[in-house]
Amino acid sequence: MWRRCLLPGIAGWLAAVTPAMAFIAYVSNEKSNTVSVIDTEKWTVTNTIKVGQRPRGIEFTRNGKFVLVAVGDDDRIEVIDTATQQVVDSLPSGPDPELFTQDAAGKILYVANENDNTVTIIDLEKRVRVGDVQVGVEPEGMAISPDGKILINTSETTNMAHFIDTATRQIVANVLVDARPRFAAFKRDSSELWVSSEIGGTVSIIDPAKRIITGKIEFSIPGLRREAIQPVGIGITKDGKTAFIALGPANRIAIVDANTHKVTKYLLVGQRVWHMAFTPDEKYLLVTNGVSNDVSVIDVAAQKVIKTIQVGELPWGITFAQP
Amino acid sequence: MIRQLVGVIGISLLASYALAADPVEVGIGYLGQAGVRSKLSLVEQPSENDGIAGARLAIEDNNTTGKFLNQRFYLEEVRLKDGEDIAKAATALASRNGFIIADLPAEALLKASDALRGSKTVLLNAGSTDDRLREQDCRTNVIHVAPTRSMLADALAQYLVWKQWKRWLLVVGSHEADKLYADALRRAAARFGAKIVQERVFEDAGGARRTDSGVTLIQRQMPVFTQQAPAYDVLVAADESEVFASYLPYRTWDPRPIAGSAGLVPTSWDAAHDQWGAIQIQNRFIKLNSRRMTARDMQAWTAARMIGEATSRINSGDPKSVFDFLNGADFSVAAFKGQRLTLRDWNLQLRQPILLVDGRMVVSVSPQEGFLHQHSELDTLGVDRPETKCKLNR
Repeated sequence: MWRRCLLPGIAGWLAAVTPAMAFIAYVSNEKSNTVSVIDTEKWTVTNTIKVGQRPRGIEFTRNGKFVLVAVGDDDRIEVIDTATQQVVDSLPSGPDPELFTQDAAGKILYVANENDNTVTIIDLEKRVRVGDVQVGVEPEGMAISPDGKILINTSETTNMAHFIDTATRQIVANVLVDARPRFAAFKRDSSELWVSSEIGGTVSIIDPAKRIITGKIEFSIPGLRREAIQPVGIGITKDGKTAFIALGPANRIAIVDANTHKVTKYLLVGQRVWHMAFTPDEKYLLVTNGVSNDVSVIDVAAQKVIKTIQVGELPWGITFAQP
Repeated sequence: MIRQLVGVIGISLLASYALAADPVEVGIGYLGQAGVRSKLSLVEQPSENDGIAGARLAIEDNNTTGKFLNQRFYLEEVRLKDGEDIAKAATALASRNGFIIADLPAEALLKASDALRGSKTVLLNAGSTDDRLREQDCRTNVIHVAPTRSMLADALAQYLVWKQWKRWLLVVGSHEADKLYADALRRAAARFGAKIVQERVFEDAGGARRTDSGVTLIQRQMPVFTQQAPAYDVLVAADESEVFASYLPYRTWDPRPIAGSAGLVPTSWDAAHDQWGAIQIQNRFIKLNSRRMTARDMQAWTAARMIGEATSRINSGDPKSVFDFLNGADFSVAAFKGQRLTLRDWNLQLRQPILLVDGRMVVSVSPQEGFLHQHSELDTLGVDRPETKCKLNR
């Protein structure tokens, strides 16, 4: 009798007090020209950092010491020191930087410059521009293959995923996808490259070796027009089994079985859901809701929205330090 | 042995020919009229290259994509002078180009369409808003990229009704185009539950649009013209001929907002539009043309982009194949309007959201929330399938 009461009691007490790992998320607010800092222990905004005009793409440096944020209307990338949570430097990015990615060593930064159809290559240590690659019209999505050999850039009006050899900096293949490709993500095992098409309303599954489309994820939500379903951000779990796709003005996250490429569930989040980031332990997924000015927290295992955190105006990108 | 060798050489020749395949070359003609229409406002005065400047940008965009696909796009411009034979010009242009972007009045467009009957060349209407071209006078060889007057009027009406400005004072110009726009506005009022409390006609008495002391006169004229009206919420002006509408704001007898041809204007594009990535095309356009992008520029850009989009998808510039793709289920084009644009298969009209602008800002974008449709909310704008008079002979 005693045992039965005691054990669940202790187990419950232990679960309650075992401190969850606290992580810090940085969220770019496109309209307010700020970056919100979220503490996942308290699930609140602990600081708001003033940055340049129109912050969008945001990512931790590989060493976790800095956060880079593209401030498009100021034509540069600002560097936030995570120790002081202040802007300490900026990088020459080329005009109107939006999204960017780094090589595995964290030495080279590849930036999509929407205004002049180029991908700019920046040496992060020397902080200089070391080259450009001419791509299609309105470059946007950026991803680097897990082995670091191929850089993917998507161009929104050309509707392609460009495969760029990072050694020669030449385009080696182009894959035509549906209209307005916004975001690209590799599975960790390099078996698949996913590209979201905002206006086309699909996610293309590309075989990175053959460089052809092998499948497409389509979405259908009862009561919603096809035009309102606009996939943008993609998050694939490290084990490559589950993916989360932000559907923009459909105000939903699609949960996809990453093996069968079938949607298993839609989660209602905030308005115009855009980009996302997992906590490093992958317990939670945070998604930015542009129009409702907040971030939804999704419990990854339970596949449920558990919290909403108010941030700045038009939250766009989000990043966590990877341990 | 020799035969075998010849065979091998033949095959390798064939293979190398296939590898160095000829590029897909797509010729696009641009058929417009010489001269520009005069506007009341000096800042709205169109450039000489109004329209074609947008097509030029789309050709650049198509060629940037085309260099990855071995496709090339060319643009050939023809401007008709007064009295010039439209059929002859269209036929000559069609002999060199599989597509013609037309920026022509309705009557001239119909002449061009009839002249090209039996030819493979496809016309894309980027200039005329006349509903009849999509209704009783629709043609199988004309795709309409420009919105119709009824789409524009419906877009405006949805917003005014949402705003609860339901009592309209309708002022109509005395020219044919003004009357057609007024027809569309009346239809929109009836569809969306607005009431036209009174109609007035503003007669065009002639005279210059620019005078050195014009303001003094207008300031006296407009209050008098608008006095003694029944109670109304908004003055809706139909003045495509640019005779009076731009004189109305701030000068009405009663303090009321203006909409239609001045004040809050429904349009396919505006230089102030910056949502949904539009800032990128605005910047590209300014860089190329050293001026801001107009609705006519955007309509021509969209027309040329539709051809580019189809060509990239089917890897063919054959007009018939491109036409079939454009009118098929797989076609959609992204044009910075926040959603995909597709063709209405019953009359070849491009579905599109309509911007409501005040000359400095985009005030709203229609269709408005809550105006629902069983197929596409974009079909709440303009003449819908069940009402159409168009019978395409296909």
